[in-house]
Amino acid sequence: MFWATLILALLLMLLPLPAAIAPFKPYWPALVLIYWALESGDRVNLGLAFMIGLGADVVDGVLLGEQALRLTALVFIVLRFRSRLRFFPMWQQALAVLALLLNDRILQLAVRAFASEPLPTWGYWISPLVGALLWPFVFLVLDNLRARWRLHET
Amino acid sequence: MALNRDGSSTLFSASMAGTLRLIVYLALACVLMVIDHRNGWLAKARYGASVVIEPLYRLAGLPAEGVDAARVAFADRTKLSDENQRLREALLLANARLNRMRAVAQQNARLKQLLDTQHSLGMNVQLARLIDVDLGPYRNRVVLNVGQREGVKAGQVVIDAHGVMGQVIQVMPHTCVAMLITDPNSAVPVTVERTGLRTVAYGTRGGSELSLPTIPVTADVKVGDKLVTSGLGGGFPQGFPVGTVRRVSPDLSGMFLSARAAPAAALERSGDVLLLRDLAPPMGPPAPAPQVGPPADLAPGADTNDAHKQGASH
Repeated sequence: MFWATLILALLLMLLPLPAAIAPFKPYWPALVLIYWALESGDRVNLGLAFMIGLGADVVDGVLLGEQALRLTALVFIVLRFRSRLRFFPMWQQALAVLALLLNDRILQLAVRAFASEPLPTWGYWISPLVGALLWPFVFLVLDNLRARWRLHET
Repeated sequence: MALNRDGSSTLFSASMAGTLRLIVYLALACVLMVIDHRNGWLAKARYGASVVIEPLYRLAGLPAEGVDAARVAFADRTKLSDENQRLREALLLANARLNRMRAVAQQNARLKQLLDTQHSLGMNVQLARLIDVDLGPYRNRVVLNVGQREGVKAGQVVIDAHGVMGQVIQVMPHTCVAMLITDPNSAVPVTVERTGLRTVAYGTRGGSELSLPTIPVTADVKVGDKLVTSGLGGGFPQGFPVGTVRRVSPDLSGMFLSARAAPAAALERSGDVLLLRDLAPPMGPPAPAPQVGPPADLAPGADTNDAHKQGASH
């Protein structure tokens, strides 16, 4: 279940969207990792985030280590503030997710600048917003799935 | 650091350990990135992991393929769609040939003596399909369903019915990744078909246009001019349509004209593409011309010189 969602996140990352809404695609692996870091913090650690990031890099084929760096930093922040974030009301949590995703984008921008890759256009900053807006739904869906899975297991 | 060492163990709490781990992982990621940036490890890692990656690509490409298939199924009977497919492939090839033919014919009229026997019009191509996978926004790359097992090599040029699409940059056993000509990292040597002006067409950040930033101010470039590959540099073979000039304006420094061009190939819409089998000739100066004149052993050697000398002494 845990792994299935992570692999699904990678698949969603690869899934093509029509060109018109492609920039709006949220960063799925980050959303799923945030969920698991919040809800089951013992399973998510920095090593896992690093490995998932490496996997995403290999699949994505851009720069080995870029997403590993981003996801590790992301999970670190979530785990650090986990106890506080968990008891936030949903809208505050969504805001926190927005901040996390924006931070993630800034990291990516820094990495790209160092790699002397071309800088992205303004559409680059929309994706975190979409991610934050989707967060309540992602949270509910994953929570629901997890509850069912538990019921199924027992 | 010194603080940690002589401080009490309370300072070195769980959170500190977490921070240390974070630093270690971040450093590891940075090292990986630098190494990859320098040596291109990623390509090798991807090749090794292709067993996992390729099924993932196929899986992720399934929905798009399904939508495509559903459209065909609802629109037509299978027989008709089969025939349609066959005809489309034939048309693709014919169009590509025609395009090239036109460019070469024009060149022929202009530079007759340069059109040598080396320009054969036969094309050795391989049909490929796009796997519809998103390799991240702002990177114009596509995945094709042929790979090393089908004989694909990095550097092969991808074209469609209307023009050049890009170039293969990574090859895996059954898939390959091609960089489109609109990718910001791409550069195609082109000539303006009408005037023969040589320049380079780069990809752009937005990724839907080509940019030609370094055209001399005095050059004759107009909106609507067709760009074809010049074959210089050896990356792309000569004479394939690249795009059409859309805008021409002086650049910021006023030293050059900069133009924007729309790509000729249907980059967003193509499903079937052609891979040119023959790699463009390698870069570098041409081979030295063979020695002209009579063979050395038949050539009148020392005695003629003597004869000349004798003649001179007389």
